[in-house]
Amino acid sequence: MDASLTFKSGLKDVVPTLFGYIGVGLAMGIVANTSHLSVLAVLLMSLIVYAGSAQFIIISMLLAGSPVSAIVLSTFLINSRMILMSLSIAQYFKKESLAQNIALGSLLTDETFALSMNKLNQTHHQLRPRWLHAANIIAYLVWAVATVVGCLLGNLITDPNQFGLDFAVVGMFIGLLYLQIITDRSKSLKTQLLVVIFVAIAMFFLMRFFPGNIALLIAALLGCGFGMVVSPHD
Amino acid sequence: MTNYVLVTILLSGLVTWLSRVVPFAVIKNLTVPKWLISFLSFVPVAIMTAIFVESLLTYHAGHWPGFNLANIYASIPAILAGILTKSLLAVVITGVIAMALLRLVGLG
Repeated sequence: MDASLTFKSGLKDVVPTLFGYIGVGLAMGIVANTSHLSVLAVLLMSLIVYAGSAQFIIISMLLAGSPVSAIVLSTFLINSRMILMSLSIAQYFKKESLAQNIALGSLLTDETFALSMNKLNQTHHQLRPRWLHAANIIAYLVWAVATVVGCLLGNLITDPNQFGLDFAVVGMFIGLLYLQIITDRSKSLKTQLLVVIFVAIAMFFLMRFFPGNIALLIAALLGCGFGMVVSPHD
Repeated sequence: MTNYVLVTILLSGLVTWLSRVVPFAVIKNLTVPKWLISFLSFVPVAIMTAIFVESLLTYHAGHWPGFNLANIYASIPAILAGILTKSLLAVVITGVIAMALLRLVGLG
């Protein structure tokens, strides 16, 4: 990753994250297939909802015949971390038009957010819409194709995790987190490591009481507050 | 596809889209106070840590979380690959290969 913020470099920078989309997308398509969802339903869900873990929950709740209101509420809770990420990244696009902001936000994911935060460390804290659009659009298309292919292959492959592809997402966050810690010069290494340790411990305690997706949001909020307290004041 | 599935997809899509887009509109029209900038500056490291740690734990309602040993084992070579190469792609590929090997020997 370098300082270039062109559309082309966006296409290039997003490549390492695509393994995650392909791995999870295939798995989701296969699960959808075994849950008797049609290819069309899978495609629409990937294009309209476009959220990995939420789509797994939606499929399992549809299969269980849960009320629409319960499914929508679960989806909102799982995806509520998007609010935090969008708030965080939106600062870099304040000068762009509202339409541009809405377009950028519409396809933002955990992955393209994390990628952008890494990119900031190479570009003197600048982002450009064309760079993020490139990353967002490729991720969006790859996700839709992977879920549909998974659904079509569903009858052939019984164990999508056999090839370790489900670990691609975890691996990607390991890489992005590590690169974030070593390249973010706006904070001391010590401050960042303290936040990492705090959030990790918070996750363990919070998951005693909340499912992972909710614990994740609370831990992240607490972690931001903790970071403010422990970072040296100027 | 039944109406039930279609309505669920449309409404779930709407709440997700609003979560993504409303913050952009708010920030655009707001002078962000200094404390909020400071708070938000910790979002990347906090949220990435939380997502990573979530994948290492397993939730059991009413009990302490368990450990996802396969993910923990596969994370070790992935982290080493990060330290050695500083390449995102190398971390992902190393992790996937490690997980495939773990599954092969029945540890995954």
